Amino acid sequence: MDYVIEMLDIRKEFPGIVANDNITLQLKKGEIHALLGENGAGKSTLMNVLFGLYQPEKGEIKVRGEKVNITSPNVANELGIGMVHQHFMLVDTFTVTENIVLGLEPKKGLNIDMKKAESEVQEISDRYGLKVDPNAKIADISVGMQQRVEILKTLYRGAEILIFDEPTAVLTPQEIKELIQIFRTLIAEGKSIILITHKLKEIIEVCDRVTVIRKGVGIDTLDVEGTTPTQLASLMVGRDVTFKTDKTEASPTHNVLEISQLNVKDSRGVNAVKNLDLSVRAGEIVGIAGVDGNGQSELIEAITGLRKVSSGVIKLNDQNLSSYKTRKITEAGVGHIPQDRHKHGLVLDFPIGDNMVLQTYYHKPYSKYSMLNNKEINKQAKKLIKEFDVRTPSETTPARALSGGNQQKAIIGREVDRDPDLLIAAQPTRGLDVGAIEFIHKRLIEQRDNGKAVLLVSFELEEIINVSDRIAVIYDGNIIEIVDPKTTTEQELGLLMAGSKNKAGETENV
Amino acid sequence: MFNQFSRWQKIMIPVISVVLGLLVGAIVMLVSGYNPIEGYAALLSGSLGEGFYIGETIRQITPYIFAGLAVAFAFRTGLFNIGVEGQLLVGWVASVWVGLAFDLPKIIHLPMAILAGALAGALWAFVPGLLKAKLRVHEVIVTIMMNYIALHLCNYLVRYVISDGQNTTDRVPESASLKSPFFETLTEFSTMHYGIFLALAAAIIYFVVLEKTTTGFELRSVGFNQHASEYAGMNVNRNIILSMVISGAFAGLGGAMEGLGTFGYGFIHGAFSGVGFDGIAVALLGGNVALGVILAAALFGILKQGALIMPLESGVPTELVEIVIAIIIFFVASSYIIAYLLQRLKKGAK
Repeated sequence: MDYVIEMLDIRKEFPGIVANDNITLQLKKGEIHALLGENGAGKSTLMNVLFGLYQPEKGEIKVRGEKVNITSPNVANELGIGMVHQHFMLVDTFTVTENIVLGLEPKKGLNIDMKKAESEVQEISDRYGLKVDPNAKIADISVGMQQRVEILKTLYRGAEILIFDEPTAVLTPQEIKELIQIFRTLIAEGKSIILITHKLKEIIEVCDRVTVIRKGVGIDTLDVEGTTPTQLASLMVGRDVTFKTDKTEASPTHNVLEISQLNVKDSRGVNAVKNLDLSVRAGEIVGIAGVDGNGQSELIEAITGLRKVSSGVIKLNDQNLSSYKTRKITEAGVGHIPQDRHKHGLVLDFPIGDNMVLQTYYHKPYSKYSMLNNKEINKQAKKLIKEFDVRTPSETTPARALSGGNQQKAIIGREVDRDPDLLIAAQPTRGLDVGAIEFIHKRLIEQRDNGKAVLLVSFELEEIINVSDRIAVIYDGNIIEIVDPKTTTEQELGLLMAGSKNKAGETENV
Repeated sequence: MFNQFSRWQKIMIPVISVVLGLLVGAIVMLVSGYNPIEGYAALLSGSLGEGFYIGETIRQITPYIFAGLAVAFAFRTGLFNIGVEGQLLVGWVASVWVGLAFDLPKIIHLPMAILAGALAGALWAFVPGLLKAKLRVHEVIVTIMMNYIALHLCNYLVRYVISDGQNTTDRVPESASLKSPFFETLTEFSTMHYGIFLALAAAIIYFVVLEKTTTGFELRSVGFNQHASEYAGMNVNRNIILSMVISGAFAGLGGAMEGLGTFGYGFIHGAFSGVGFDGIAVALLGGNVALGVILAAALFGILKQGALIMPLESGVPTELVEIVIAIIIFFVASSYIIAYLLQRLKKGAK
């Protein structure tokens, strides 16, 4: 028996839906096994069954060949199953060691033996190359480090099988590389790993086998060696997916957005955007490439009126927006798909229908004489839900209850439907699966083809290169270079984003 | 506060809380050697048993509805108005003052006096609203402090401005009075007045403004998520102030009902009346919706009125009602426990 975990014909129902429909997943000792599926396909449900948070309606679970009944996470822990959640469960004001031993503190009389705890944590950290400082406070360490603390927590509890739920979603590229290294060390030490993800590249890079589930149904389990991202993507989505976004040559006309000599301060009062010049023409997509924190957020906030402009001009169709309030800018013809859809994009406790008129509720026909017309609001919501394929039980469902991809589609529907001259899309595909990404890219290009200007900000170089017609590289609050996506490479962009430019101090005429 | 629960749960949680509250109250009575059936019977007959008691109960319900609406309005828009007590007091004194200061026909005088109460309450709540909007000072702290300022300012006004060193002001003239000889005769000369109709009208206004107007849409949106509201072009600061002002106006109206109806004059308060604080409980129990607030206010009115008669008829001390109310609030506040029990029950039934 070489399987450490066998989940056989697992079925889990929730009121109204079957989240897992007879799924089988078998984990070999010492392998990294990917669990691949779209948002809402049932990956997390299946893992929560394994971790004892849910009880399955049908099916059996075997651990090291023995049938077990996992009734709670404590039972899972005892069986050597540990889970690293997507959202960390750490006490910010405690130290690394305190967090790790929480609930299992080594005692010395009545006191916690912190010395012993620290040395144990240090020992595990060294063994697996985690490089965690046992005395650091959680609040002071990076997100990547916090994740390692979560890993340490499971190892400290004797986990042999580690489940990672979307571990790379919150990490920087550098941190992802380090995490993959940690995976290899864990495997070398005899652990087994289940990796929940929808990122195909990662699977190809690190996993041995992959189980694909789609809409709650187990589709297939296959060896990663010999598969291609395209093959995995079509298994996951259920149809062919193109990675290379299809688009015709752009035919830009006049300038829609013209920014000149723009200066914007960040929240600390430091100049984040410095004498920035940029223009976006009707019928083109301009991608802004840059490392996070080089002024992208401040630039977008300045254009949309969410942040004060210190100096400079932002013109939309020859109208100076730089002193306008957000509402006036919205009405002037700017659409904005915000970077953080939960914070800025949606009122999560509102019905999804109300969210679709969040900027237009005071206009006819959604209201008349200040009285809301719910019939019209719901009609509009229904229209957008259909047009943008937002999967929701109804337009009165709270936005919170929708999956990330569907929330994003709702926002995009709302913004595109207002038919803005300039559409700003900040990280529009973050955290979404390939199906949703493809949909969103198509919509952006469609806007372009309708003669609108699109400004795309993304940290994913692949997305920038695929979707944009021109790429503006931002570094330290300034556009340091405009490059052609057809001729540039990720390497060139990477160098530019790091601030290396042949002739320093040169300003590009846009 | 029940956003995470289903509609059914939202209704069942307060109902079950009330039942549990009454049950625990019964146990307390048993343990202390009283007969709970007699106790509750006395409570009921003391609040609804006779015309007089019904009139007094309705009179008692009136300010509770206003105080509940005031707290609920702020809650629904993301603010915690603990200053209802103070806003109610200034509304009370302002309405009495206007009632005494002018000599006008009733059709102008009474609305003016009521409006003065609303405006005073609104103004009192404007200050914490402004401080929150402009300087991010937490409204809980400011409203609590403003309660004390209101208490002592009102006492000063009653003693030195509206009267000449007296403990009470003169009675407001008929032209500014909410007193209803009709209802008084109907209810065997209780102090019931027209205020209850204004309270019910206020509940309707509450519902319409919050649920049906664009202003309510903005207020709720800002209450749930300031960032998204700002992004959508709403003026967050203006909405914070507006929310407090409307909340304060409800509270001020509640005070006007006391000043122009129940008492007909202003007097020196040695301490807070407690109505404003009970408003927090009313709003909580009523789930911050108009109908819920009316029902919760009715329950509180019945309990408070009945509590006065209970010791006379059954020997159970008045304080027992405070215990029952406290337990009801405890269960509402720990709504998760009840939601959990409901879920277990549902599963068990399957």
